[in-house]
Amino acid sequence: MNVRIAAVFETLKAQGRQALIPYVTAGDPSPAATVDILHGLVAGGADILELGVPFSDPMADGPVIQKASERALAQGVGLDDVLGMVRDFRRDDARTPVVLMGYANPVECYGVEAFARDAAAAGVDGVLIVDYPPEECEGFAALLKAAGLDLIFLLAPTSTEARMATVGRIAGGYVYYVSLKGVTGAGHLDTDEVARVIPRIRQHVQVPVGVGFGIRDATSAVAVAGVSDAVVIGSKLIQLMEAAPAGTWATVARDFMASIRGPLDAASAARRL
Amino acid sequence: MLDYQQPDARGHFGPVNGSYFGGTFVAETLIHALDELKATYARYQHDAEFQREFRHELAHFVGRPSPVYHAARLSRELGGAQIHLKREDLNHTGAHKVNNTIGQALLAKRMGKPRIIAETGAGQHGVATATICARYGLECVVYMGSEDIKRQSPNVYRMKLLGATVVPVDSGSKTLKDALNEALRDWVTNVENTYYIIGTVAGPAPYPAMVRDFQSVIGEECLTQMPTQIGRQPDAVLACVGGGSNAMGIFYPYIPHEGTRLIGVEAAGEGLDSGKHSASLTRGTPGVLHGNRTYLLQDRNGQITETHSISAGLDYPGVGPEHAYLKDIGRAEYVGITDTEALEAFHRLCRTEGIIPALESSHAVAHAMKMAPTMRPDQHLLVNLSGRGDKDIGTVADLSNADFYCRPSCRGQSVKGGVSVVEMKS
Repeated sequence: MNVRIAAVFETLKAQGRQALIPYVTAGDPSPAATVDILHGLVAGGADILELGVPFSDPMADGPVIQKASERALAQGVGLDDVLGMVRDFRRDDARTPVVLMGYANPVECYGVEAFARDAAAAGVDGVLIVDYPPEECEGFAALLKAAGLDLIFLLAPTSTEARMATVGRIAGGYVYYVSLKGVTGAGHLDTDEVARVIPRIRQHVQVPVGVGFGIRDATSAVAVAGVSDAVVIGSKLIQLMEAAPAGTWATVARDFMASIRGPLDAASAARRL
Repeated sequence: MLDYQQPDARGHFGPVNGSYFGGTFVAETLIHALDELKATYARYQHDAEFQREFRHELAHFVGRPSPVYHAARLSRELGGAQIHLKREDLNHTGAHKVNNTIGQALLAKRMGKPRIIAETGAGQHGVATATICARYGLECVVYMGSEDIKRQSPNVYRMKLLGATVVPVDSGSKTLKDALNEALRDWVTNVENTYYIIGTVAGPAPYPAMVRDFQSVIGEECLTQMPTQIGRQPDAVLACVGGGSNAMGIFYPYIPHEGTRLIGVEAAGEGLDSGKHSASLTRGTPGVLHGNRTYLLQDRNGQITETHSISAGLDYPGVGPEHAYLKDIGRAEYVGITDTEALEAFHRLCRTEGIIPALESSHAVAHAMKMAPTMRPDQHLLVNLSGRGDKDIGTVADLSNADFYCRPSCRGQSVKGGVSVVEMKS
């Protein structure tokens, strides 16, 4: 278990609050802005940061994150650059966990052993590889564990109980429930469905359960936070930065986080009463 | 005879060099659908009634067995080995693609999935899928790169005539790999009522082995046809390789027959060292794309690079994982043929044998034309003529600077790699 991630969930649990986890693509809108954006997210109330590693063929992502990936790639951002951004971020923030999210090929191309070593050295805390299901990443999981990193997995509405148990056995950090059948940024969130599935997941998974895909604002975040330990927001944040002028991105990121953090904490406080 | 049992229960081809190819590298959302498909295929793979229906369709709807044809005039002109063509171009819909499509559509029917999606490059798989969906009354959506839509407009129109919806894909290189990404996205979203018919021996398990099994009817027929024709098995079997389904189909039954060389012909485009080609096996490195580990064309950061081929059907940066395995164990050889060489073979076969081959297949013909003169007249090359070239005449006309377009819808169109068509004067 990674120390920083475990500490965040422990603290939040003691306070009766849920983790707010934003996703941004490393290098988008500009590689030079990524570290400032990460600090902005933390200033706005983010607990854990998911940093996307750009990939040319992001098959599980929707158009918004795919375009963010394309913009980052057009500026030449590779996995070594992403690790560099995490190193820079760590200079001013030793507390907030950073989870890298991406696809298998850039990691395999970098070399899984080198990646586990360099990611840990850079200050990465967890890794989520979208196209590494448990059965294809046994060696990778062992390498990450040895390096003190959590391997984070997705669960989906189509995941069977047996599947939840498989993921539960090797999941580190938290699991991430994909709240709808579809790609990132798509469709309509069915909070009743989420409320039905999360208790089933908890029977098989010991780590905290986060919910993502389809969360766009305070209302949807508050709705899923009632049943989960964390909410993940990606596409909406990227869209807001897309529309904002250069130089304001970190502020936009901070303000958007704050607009969700407030209602999230208010709802948690109300539930505790 | 080589003892060959691949892949294993997890869809892994190998181990070889400490690793394996194939596998199931997909997002969690698709795991359930793939497990369901694995179970369904395992159930029907050896089911007598399923096999009977599949064989019946191949005989009566597709027109199998396809003949093996001795290209005597071409062989005589080249002055060496005898070239034989396995005539998959004579199949209904004009290519080998229909074999696999029927097999998978029969599975979709048994799984009760009313909606079929597919991806297509040259459009042959799209046409085959649209055809079978029309025949079985299934909804059909085909994803196709917008670049390929331009190159292969006759096939796009055929799909529409057959009742399919063709969705243009504008992301990335606007070709086959992007169509595959988009089809996978659709599947993630509509997994409950949708069956995804992958058109080649790539993608996550069980597709590579399943598509190979459906296509291996090609090689099985050859195993009995060649002894009748020449008294023995050929010295070499040649087939073009993009994703690699026609090649796996003809190679697979020959794998234990070690006296027969297996030669896959990739698209060398403007040259293997030009950076503009689609030769994943001869110029790529192992990696993970579209649900499996295989040879890929990628840059130093593991990003998939843009590919080029005169032939839309070969314009793909990956290749089926079983080809990667056959290459690494040395059972099959892989070579490259350039756009120019393929085009020359295309014209040569038209003129000497009265057969217009697909540009994909022309790559295999071109390599046979290179090999034959170095061999004796009592030696035999079997080339899989995977498809007919009607769909490619626009591309060939553009490259030859011939302007046969006379329809308003074609004005000003050009093809990738070709010169643009001169605007029709009004």
